[in-house]
Amino acid sequence: MPGLLERLGGLFGGGVDLRSLISPGGFPGGVHPAQMKITAASPIVQSPLPPQLILPLKQHIGQICIPIVEVGDHVLRGQKVARSQGYVSAPVHAPTSGTVLAIEEHAVPHPSGMGRQCMIIEPDGLDEADQSMPSLCDYLDEDPAIIRERIRLSGIVGLGGAVFPTFIKMLRDQRHPIETVILNGVECEPFLTCDHRVMLEHGDSVVRGLNVIMHAVAAKGGIIAIEDNKPDAVDAMREAIARAGFEANIEVRVLPTRYPQGGEKQLIQAVTGRQVPAGKLPLHIGVICQNVGTAKAIHDAVCMGKPLTERVVTISGDAVPHPANICARIGTPMPFLLAQCGLRDLSGVRLIHGGPMMGERLPRMNVPMVKSTNGILAMRAESLYSENAQEEPCIRCGHCVEVCPVGLVPNELAWHCRNDQFDRGQEYDLFDCIECGCCSYVCPSHIPLVHYFRYAKGQVAHIEKERAFAELSKARSEARDNRLAREQAERAARRSKVRKSGAAEAAADASDDTEAGTSGAESGEKAS
Amino acid sequence: MSLLISSPHAHGGDSIRANMLSVIIALLPASAVAVYLFGWLALFLMMLCIAGCMASEWGCLKLMGRPSRIGDGSAALTGLLLALTLPAAVPWWMALTGCVVAIVLAKQVYGGLGHNPFNPALAARVVLLISFPLNMTAWLVPMHAPMFAASLPLNLYDFSQCWQLFWFGPEALGKGLDALTMASPLGHVKTEWSRGVGAIEALRNYDYSYLDAFLGREAGSLGETSALALLLGGMYLMARHTISWHIPVSFIVSVYMLATVFNAVNPEHFAPPLFHVLAGGLMLGAFYMATDPVSSPVTPRGQIVFGIGCGIITWSIRTYGGYPEGVMFSILLMNCAVPLIDHYFRPRVYGK
Ligand code: SF4
Ligand code: SF4
Repeated sequence: MPGLLERLGGLFGGGVDLRSLISPGGFPGGVHPAQMKITAASPIVQSPLPPQLILPLKQHIGQICIPIVEVGDHVLRGQKVARSQGYVSAPVHAPTSGTVLAIEEHAVPHPSGMGRQCMIIEPDGLDEADQSMPSLCDYLDEDPAIIRERIRLSGIVGLGGAVFPTFIKMLRDQRHPIETVILNGVECEPFLTCDHRVMLEHGDSVVRGLNVIMHAVAAKGGIIAIEDNKPDAVDAMREAIARAGFEANIEVRVLPTRYPQGGEKQLIQAVTGRQVPAGKLPLHIGVICQNVGTAKAIHDAVCMGKPLTERVVTISGDAVPHPANICARIGTPMPFLLAQCGLRDLSGVRLIHGGPMMGERLPRMNVPMVKSTNGILAMRAESLYSENAQEEPCIRCGHCVEVCPVGLVPNELAWHCRNDQFDRGQEYDLFDCIECGCCSYVCPSHIPLVHYFRYAKGQVAHIEKERAFAELSKARSEARDNRLAREQAERAARRSKVRKSGAAEAAADASDDTEAGTSGAESGEKAS
Repeated sequence: MSLLISSPHAHGGDSIRANMLSVIIALLPASAVAVYLFGWLALFLMMLCIAGCMASEWGCLKLMGRPSRIGDGSAALTGLLLALTLPAAVPWWMALTGCVVAIVLAKQVYGGLGHNPFNPALAARVVLLISFPLNMTAWLVPMHAPMFAASLPLNLYDFSQCWQLFWFGPEALGKGLDALTMASPLGHVKTEWSRGVGAIEALRNYDYSYLDAFLGREAGSLGETSALALLLGGMYLMARHTISWHIPVSFIVSVYMLATVFNAVNPEHFAPPLFHVLAGGLMLGAFYMATDPVSSPVTPRGQIVFGIGCGIITWSIRTYGGYPEGVMFSILLMNCAVPLIDHYFRPRVYGK
């Protein structure tokens, strides 16, 4: 019966999504949240140096960095101050010249409000740069491996928010040649406009950066994907491509606006019409994705010898009097940035790190901006949906299923997660959820679905860790038991040797050794 | 819940109340037709059922010590839906019984909103049909039904006549129930069938007209007669994304296809497809009952399977079953299969 039903299920468009027939290449589901791109027309302004920079030693996915300067040292802008540890890691550079005041735990932008090792630097105001890294202007003549190493040394991570070390994505695998590099200029999150502004104001660097990536992975083509709500960016990128003379291999692809088009997998589906198979990486189908901001950072690192020390951030939200796009040094405290936009009194204000759909609510205010900070939203408490929502029972309307770009059944999944049935949750593909928030966004019952998914993912990870720990301890205690048994056996063997020397007692005392168990008896025999 | 507040921090603004409200709005044309056909009686019945359901809901929640949910409109909607499925001449106490059954037995006993396996209005209607088969199949002759207008024994636009009829029954007007009622097209075809008369002949001697059926000028329960009014509301619901097309379309199309095939094989014997589509509660059931979110599948493919199942069962009961109409039984039967359908007809997961 189940098998039959399964096959029947396949009949009704198991593989075909009707919507994809209507718009070939589109991804299923998605929502159209209010754009709120208030800062789209605000040119990027340069932030002054703050009195202190707080530089977290881990700003990427992977292991924390090890500081290589000491408290009291003088550092230069772009000088490496912490080296990476392990493979998946990116080094950290001093954002300006100044003195290292401390290396200590400090609050970082994280939803738990936890602290992390940070380097506190007091700028000397001179902003002297470390000139040790030469620029590789003729990057096309360089070995791709050297380009990748430069990108690694420059501490570049995905600036779209994923903060995965960029050089790892660019490794070449002979079996999977990269055909296309997709540059993500979608910026589908409401409010955020930093990528938009970067495309308008640094178009040439973005295009050049894309070309560097294409060279490094030996890709033939590049596609810059932009949603149709940013026609000016489309024009700007087309002009930049023409200026650079790359029309033959780089094109701009205009996509109909829909959230979460900027999700890597959704973008790949929208651009190529193909899905990344489960358990595989985009490179396995011949594409890699990079954010436009990352491309600019790559350009700066390769062509100008500048490591990643600053980025553009959108400061917006209904509590901000003068929203803006600010280019600021990594490590600039958020209150310092908000003050530049006219927001000084933070009482009754909630900070969101990122956009309203996927951004994290920050429990602590005095945290620095980091490499992943694409936006800081300051919202009034009463207008923050997530804080005021009243959960009601699920009415099984199916809206969440309709909008899920991954094809999950969020209401079912949430039910299992909430009841701590994590096995059932995984059966319902818990770990395929990209936490885009479309389901919660449309839920008429205001169920915090994503919250339950995060909770369950955390619990599963925790259980797994405990299981691994339990196995380790079991192995340890078994090893200990074995060792004890062995030692006892050895002692028994020694004793029986002694006894053998006094041959008369040997037979009478044989029963003494029973305690040592079989292994003891065996070795006793061997020894004799 | 923990203190961590998860994204998203924005919301589309949809709510249970908005969903219920849009279904109520979508039912306005059908309700208007009901008033046009059955005059004051329709108004009395609708008001009584809405009030009865809301009162039952309020009472239940009060008894259980739960916060009141009257404001979300779900009880009001159940009341309206129940009224629209009732024959105009049912006694008031029968309608009220239906309200209590719908809210108490079919909804709150299962745990309230979101937990009922069956559509409460539909479940109540079936209980009434089985308990009071005579009253529940006595179709009052509507105003404006062309061929009967002349013989209409009472004026349904007359407040005092309707008031009497509503509270005290036809006896108060000195008439028997039989004198006021007629057979519905489906009932007529069924009776003739059991007498060995084929569908074509049966429709001919009923004076059946497709146009009247489409506009709603025929015998039936309050809100089921006008396909036009129900379609209008259904379009509104689909345009507002309150319901998706999957259930109504697959439901109606599968009835149509089945009827087409059998009608082609033996047109004398089997009723034509358009008759099936316009007759009885199909439109009302397909757009407003089968789509009840709580008791229907959540996945698009599951909804199609659900709709097809409803269609097959409806046609089979109408053709071979003991009851002339099979829409509500088909929906209730398919409601039972929803957990299974939801399990096996999930969407395809990205990359898998
Ligand atoms: S959107 Fe909300 S109410 Fe509707 S099925 Fe999903 S979880 Fe349930
Ligand atoms: S958050 Fe997860 S379940 Fe919800 S729509 Fe996005 S991918 Fe689907």
